Amino acid sequence: MTAEAYPAPGGATRASSRPPGTSLATRVGRKVLHWSLPVYSALAITYLLFPIAIIIWFSFNNTHSRFNFVWQGWTLKHWKDPFQVPGLLNALKVSIEIAAISTVIATALGTMMALAMVRYEFRGRAPLNFFVFLPLSTPEIVLGAALLSLFLSLGVNTGFITIVIAHVMFNISFVVVTVRSRLIGFDRSLEEAAQDLGANAWQTFYRVTLPLIAPGVLAAGLLAFALSIDDFVITNFNAGSTVTYPLFIWGAARVSIPPEVNIVATMIFVFTVGIAILTVLQQRRAEKMAAVRPEQEAIA
Amino acid sequence: MAFVRRHRGILPLALLLPGLAWLIIFFALPLYYQGKISLETGSIFNGFHFNWHFRTYTDAWSAYHTQFLRSFWFAGLSTLLSLLIGYPLAYAIAFRGGKWRNALLLAVILPFFVTYLVRTLAWETILDDSSPLVSFLQTIHVISPHGRVLATTGSVVAGITYNFLPFMILPLYASLERIDDRLLEAGADLYGNRRSVFRKVTLPLSMPGVVAGVLLTFIPAAGDFVNATLLGSPNQTMIGNVIQSRYLELNDYPTAAALSFTLMAIILVMVAIWAKVAGTEALMGTEAKT
Repeated sequence: MTAEAYPAPGGATRASSRPPGTSLATRVGRKVLHWSLPVYSALAITYLLFPIAIIIWFSFNNTHSRFNFVWQGWTLKHWKDPFQVPGLLNALKVSIEIAAISTVIATALGTMMALAMVRYEFRGRAPLNFFVFLPLSTPEIVLGAALLSLFLSLGVNTGFITIVIAHVMFNISFVVVTVRSRLIGFDRSLEEAAQDLGANAWQTFYRVTLPLIAPGVLAAGLLAFALSIDDFVITNFNAGSTVTYPLFIWGAARVSIPPEVNIVATMIFVFTVGIAILTVLQQRRAEKMAAVRPEQEAIA
Repeated sequence: MAFVRRHRGILPLALLLPGLAWLIIFFALPLYYQGKISLETGSIFNGFHFNWHFRTYTDAWSAYHTQFLRSFWFAGLSTLLSLLIGYPLAYAIAFRGGKWRNALLLAVILPFFVTYLVRTLAWETILDDSSPLVSFLQTIHVISPHGRVLATTGSVVAGITYNFLPFMILPLYASLERIDDRLLEAGADLYGNRRSVFRKVTLPLSMPGVVAGVLLTFIPAAGDFVNATLLGSPNQTMIGNVIQSRYLELNDYPTAAALSFTLMAIILVMVAIWAKVAGTEALMGTEAKT
């Protein structure tokens, strides 16, 4: 039997094998089926984004009550000086400081662990994998309550430092998981080449390994920073009298929520979205450059 | 792995030790102290004494089993809803996203760019008694003319679902996106119609994403107390609320520690069963190592 006896592979035959003159009902049915997924997805996206629109919208609310739940009309008056609410600016500063410190520590420690766990074979690697995974599968409230138990038992006063300790603790596992996934596809021959060319261990790491895993480390760091600045549950247990941005909102939610909370949320949102879009554009440009280069070399 | 070298040197230990020590001192050791506190008796005024008081566990369970069961019920419901909302969306982004793929993914994680508490407060605004949405629901008789949406199971579950939905979508997308198009073409040649290709090829291959997404949604949902506080009433109190108030407001440390320990134990058992059913490779994200 020759190859021509089989129908050619690919969509062309399948598309043409479909009878062209099907009934109206079938065609409508097919249309509905075709559009149901995009429409469903659009609804899901709307569900995800609707509250953000509400937050931004209500930052312009001309509210007179202590709570910002009912729309009263447009005003820009709260935008003139969003940090006039006592405590808000300070809470934001504390949050950024804690996020910066804990991100640096967690990213360094987590990257080192990920390197060791992917690179070297040693006894107990499997249990270690499990141990690192464990904090990720523990509810935040248990992590926070357990850590407070430690501080209570040892008579440690909770405050700024204990918040940093807590944030490093829950971020290490996230960093390990993020960096590890980057390391798994790593080509070791590049390092061997560097060593063949006379680089010592430190030079190899600094000049070859680090630049190659940098995107993974950066991603892990950004994730750690975001998780730290947003954390409420664990911080709530270990904050003492220190007030972070989420703790400020939690306190305000019980007494009065000024529109300034929405304004600060909107500012952070716009700022981070800007960074995210810039990063994506930068990446795309880098990819384009990388795609162009071989051609140029061929021309040269 | 081909590239792993056997290394007896001090380097791997030096790389591991700082991070590992941090996790041992501030994750494992705290669990020990929490266990110890849960077996103490006493009060904040007279001090606590360790005396193997296991009664705290049984007392705590009989006092708060309603909140435990409610937490798992709410968490389960939210996880199911997240899967129903998230799977089609992740599928659409992975297979029909085209050039909009990155923009759609950004839209999925956009809620993370707003603080968790502010997001939940936004739902309080949306579902407020005087909001247009609630009066619309009253007009079309979905709820009674003076019915509320806030302070009901519906509002709390909606809030939890909303807050943890991206945790479901991202792993689903990751596993769907990894599927080789050629497998789908082969499936189309073998099974013909779209539904059976989905059922026999796409769905099984996306299972690691489902497994991870369910865990990432269910675990934080079961321990949550923010949604129940801001969107619920005392009738929606979850175990997280009890632990939080026993610890921080009533200073009843032994009961709080016992409840926290019980919560962790139940979740670990559930994760273990889930891992047994679904396979640990998918769970730990190590399946890429070949």
